[in-house]
Parts: sequence; structure tokens; C-alpha cells
Amino acid sequence: MSAVLEIIDAGLAVSVQDRGRTGYRNIGVPVSGALDPVLMAAANALVGNPSDVAVLEVGLSGPSLKALSGTVRVGLSGEMGAQLVNTRGQVLKVAPWQTATLFPGDVIRIGGVSHGVGYVALSGGVQVSGQLGSRSTYLRAAIGGVQGRAPKVGDRLQCDAVRGDPWLEYRARAPWHHDTGPIRVILGPQEDHFTPEALANFLSRPYAVTRDMDRMGLRLDGEKLAHNDKGAEIVSDGVAPGTIQVPANGQPIVLMADCQTSGGYPKIATVIRADLPRLAHVRPGDELRFVAVSHAEAAAALREQVRRLAEWIGMIQSFRPPGVIDEAALYGANLICGAVRGDEWNLHGVNLQFGAQHV
Amino acid sequence: MTTELAHPPARLLSVGDAAWTVEFGNAIDPAIHGRVLGFSSLLDTLSNDGRLDGVVEWVPTFRSVTVHFDPLRTDAMALHDLLADLAGKSGSLSAAGCRWRIPVCFDADCAPDLDEVAAAKGMPREEVVRLMTETVFTVYMLGFLPGFPYLGGLPEALDMPRLATPRKVVPSRSIAIAGRMCAAYPWESPGGWHLLGRTPLRLFDAANARRPALLAPGDQVVWQAIDHQTFDALELECAAGRFDLSSLLTEGETA
Repeated sequence: MSAVLEIIDAGLAVSVQDRGRTGYRNIGVPVSGALDPVLMAAANALVGNPSDVAVLEVGLSGPSLKALSGTVRVGLSGEMGAQLVNTRGQVLKVAPWQTATLFPGDVIRIGGVSHGVGYVALSGGVQVSGQLGSRSTYLRAAIGGVQGRAPKVGDRLQCDAVRGDPWLEYRARAPWHHDTGPIRVILGPQEDHFTPEALANFLSRPYAVTRDMDRMGLRLDGEKLAHNDKGAEIVSDGVAPGTIQVPANGQPIVLMADCQTSGGYPKIATVIRADLPRLAHVRPGDELRFVAVSHAEAAAALREQVRRLAEWIGMIQSFRPPGVIDEAALYGANLICGAVRGDEWNLHGVNLQFGAQHV
Repeated sequence: MTTELAHPPARLLSVGDAAWTVEFGNAIDPAIHGRVLGFSSLLDTLSNDGRLDGVVEWVPTFRSVTVHFDPLRTDAMALHDLLADLAGKSGSLSAAGCRWRIPVCFDADCAPDLDEVAAAKGMPREEVVRLMTETVFTVYMLGFLPGFPYLGGLPEALDMPRLATPRKVVPSRSIAIAGRMCAAYPWESPGGWHLLGRTPLRLFDAANARRPALLAPGDQVVWQAIDHQTFDALELECAAGRFDLSSLLTEGETA
């Protein structure tokens, strides 16, 4: 059964994304897709979806959504919480890394994302009509998304109605943490266009994230990466998300999900798949350091990430939210149990912990 | 036809842990591009036979083919060896695509840089238009934007460096030149090329899943001058989705 949500506040830097649009790079169509596919998978897992169905990616502040028909489960990943306003006017706090279920008339106001990007998954996925095999939004050419654009007030998004117990919610045992340490890269394809000093600087000095950052790329600022006599221009060849190109000014640019398919600047290295999601969470001023790894190390890192994600998903727990009035519990001796997790669902100032049952 | 003898070996370059670039040369050159087309065609055949497990897609450029793969489904080094072997075996293809005759309006409002280019080259504007419309251009690659074709074959007489200051907004469907290249902007975007005309045709249509980009690498293009009245009429027809793009194919002339 399907359900429908209406956008009542569009938020900022919100777009529909899935795993991206492959198969059309030969005609210049970027892959797009979630900047952080791991967190997209996490949000989807919370609502019981497959890893890569379409979600709302939130770059700055989340949208407000009203359930019009059907019962919808919303899952949040990233450092981003929400408020649920139900038809009785109660305001319930929704913590990051958990779900909230909306009955018709309920509104969820998703807050700002405090660090990088966050994801909003809907039961059954965001069912906008896809283009060229994907629902991902590529704004410049008006491909995918909601009729080629970001969601706006009044848009209606279709998803699936909740199957099973609508009074159950789900939450992660702990937030997902990406790996730390230097960003791992594989050198090339044009590392031979740089001086030995430039290569040494790239792999030892910090490079600061500048304000010039979007879904297409991150401009970095640090010790100049000088080109050798092969020069700072090449006849265009292929690039990929994660590719680090260096124009004549010697300051690196890391290409991101919406990047062009080919480019004419020498490319010193490419960030490995396992570390690319980390770049979705950097902020201006953050310092990045790079370390070169082999293909075998990159493959091992990616397999480990897949394993760790499966383990994280396996630890998602269901719980019965305390906003749900359970008379037996209310009049029983169960108030203390409810207080255990009293910080997550409460009215403004009014305690609503009527006997949470951990399932 | 395969001409095995004169081929220098291809180089394989890492583009991270999920792509290899098979590089046949480092210049814009029909012979190098022939090898790009030959290699792409071999990948097409193998892929259709299900023999490129884990390969997601490949992107031909002027001088190389970037092969994107899923590192969870195929071993990078094994694919490296396979691609190196295939690059040694694949032959050359000459441009084997369609030949298109594409209408372009060269009137002043469609061609903001035409007079300047004519002045810089010391020729009347009509001569620029004549050179543009008598040349058979070849599509080397698509990139930069969805459906953006890089066309080779611009006469040396029109060789111009890029604009010193790129425009913030190039109108969509502008026809432009820079260096020895010609291009068409499917989308409004910033750009540093000289704008010599504008086509009423949509060069990219995401709703056309079978062929979203009008042009493909290896295609040939001839610009056909039209007056403003025809431009306006065709623009309306295209916007209404009534224009039959196959009418632009030159009869019996597959290059």
C-alpha cells in the first residue's frame, strides 16, 4: 500500500538521491547519488529498506513533511534530529539514528544537520519517477529528483505505507562512525605531471577545506603542488568521484558525486571508495591529510566497511516509544523503566515517558 | 579494420580503486581516436556476451577509455591485466557513426562572438559562416555536461584561443569554437568558448531513454545555416516535442 507525504518546508540543500546514475557517463551524465552511501544505507536500514533506494539527502537543514495518507515510517541518519507533531498537538523529540512513524495528519520537522550530510529514509523509499535508471538529482541538467529539481513546498512524495506494527520504532545501538586517520588515495592517473616535492607535499602536508565546496567538488588550500615540465594542462581524459585534480595554481580540487565525467587538469590521485563518504562531512577549515595505498589495501578497506555496515545494521533495535500511551504500564509500576530513555521522546518540558518497553 | 603493426602499446593508469584509464596517446589525433573507438567497440562486444563481469561502464575520450568497475565484484589487478591484453588486441575504427545535418542560426543575437572572430581573422562574417557550414566535423567525445559534444575538424583559419574571461552564462544550444575544436552547449552554463551560432534543437533529452544524447562519438556533423524565422519555428516544434530528429540524418551517408 502506498502513502503520501507533503513537503510543508523544503529545508536547505535537500535533494533526492540514491546510489547514482551509471551507464551514461559516456555521454557526459554525472553519476550523482548520495555523497555518503554508507549513511544512506543506514537510514534505509532503519526503516527496513534495501540499502540504496532513494532517500532525501540533507546538506544544511532538513525538510518538514506531513503525512497525508497512509502510515509512513521515517528514518534518520547523520547528526540530525527532528520533532514529530501529532494530530493531538503533542510535540515529540526524535533523536538522530532512529525512526518516527507518522499517521495521517502528523508532521515531522527535521532539524539542521550539525556535521556534513544527513539522510531521511521513507518506508519503501522516495518514489519519484526516475530518469535514466536513477532517481538521483542532477540539478544542472534537471535530471532526476522531483521533476528535475529539489523538493519544494507543496510537493507530494509517494512512498510505501508501514507494514507490520506501526507502534514500533527502530534505532541504532550507536551512531555510525567513519574511519579516522589520513584520507587514503591511489596515486594517478597523472602523478607523473608533478615534481617530486609536490608529491611529497601532497602526502605529508595538511590541505584545508575552503568555502568553495558543493556536490561537484571541494577546493582545498595548502602547500602548492607544482607541475613539472609536462605542464598543468592535458588533453581531457576520464575522472571519477574522488579524483583530485590540480589546475595551474597548484591547489587541489577533490571531485565529488556530481562531478563532470572528464577533465583537462592533471590528476595527482583519487580517493578510495571506502574513504569517499568521509568527504561528505568536512567543513571549511578542516584539514585533510592524504596517504597513498595499494589496490589491495583499498579493496580490503572497502570489504571491511561493508562488513562493519552489515554488523551495524544487525544491531538495529526496535522499541515502543513512550509517547504511545499504554494504560497498563501507566498505572503499573513501570515508570522507572520509562525514565531510562526519557531524553528522546518528550513534550516541551512535559514528561511523556509512559512505560517505554524495550523490545 | 585492424592494423596491428604501428600501434604503440597502451598505458594503463589508476583512477582510484574503481576505474582504470586505458590511454592510447596524449594528443587530439584521428589515429589515436580510432584506437579509442576500436577498443570501445571491443568492450561493447565482450559486455554483450557477458564477459566483463564487474565492469560498470566505460567512457571514451579523445585519447583514452576510462573503465569504471565495482571493486566488490571484480579484482582490480585481474581487470588491469585483462584490459591491457584487450588493448593490445583491439584494432582501429574510423568514425563509424551517423552523419547529421544540424540547423544553426548565425544571426547576431544567436552569435554574439561572430563579428569579433571575423575581425580577429581578417575575414568577412560570411566567410566565417561559410567555413563553419562547409566543414564536416567529427564527434570525438561527450563530456563536461550531459550531451556536450567535442567536435574536431575546425579549419585552421578559425583557430582562436579561449576567451580571456569566460562568460558566466552561455545560452543553451549555442555553437562555439576554441582552438581547433567546435562544441555545442546542451545546457546554459558558464563557458570560455566563442559563440558563433545557435541551434533550435535539443541536444539532450533525458526523457528519451534510448538515446538521450543526440550525438555519439564517431558521428559526423555538418552545420546548416538557417534564418531566424526558421530558427523560431523549429524551436517551437522542438519545445512541443514534435520535431523528428531522425530527419537530420543525411540519407545514405553513414560515414
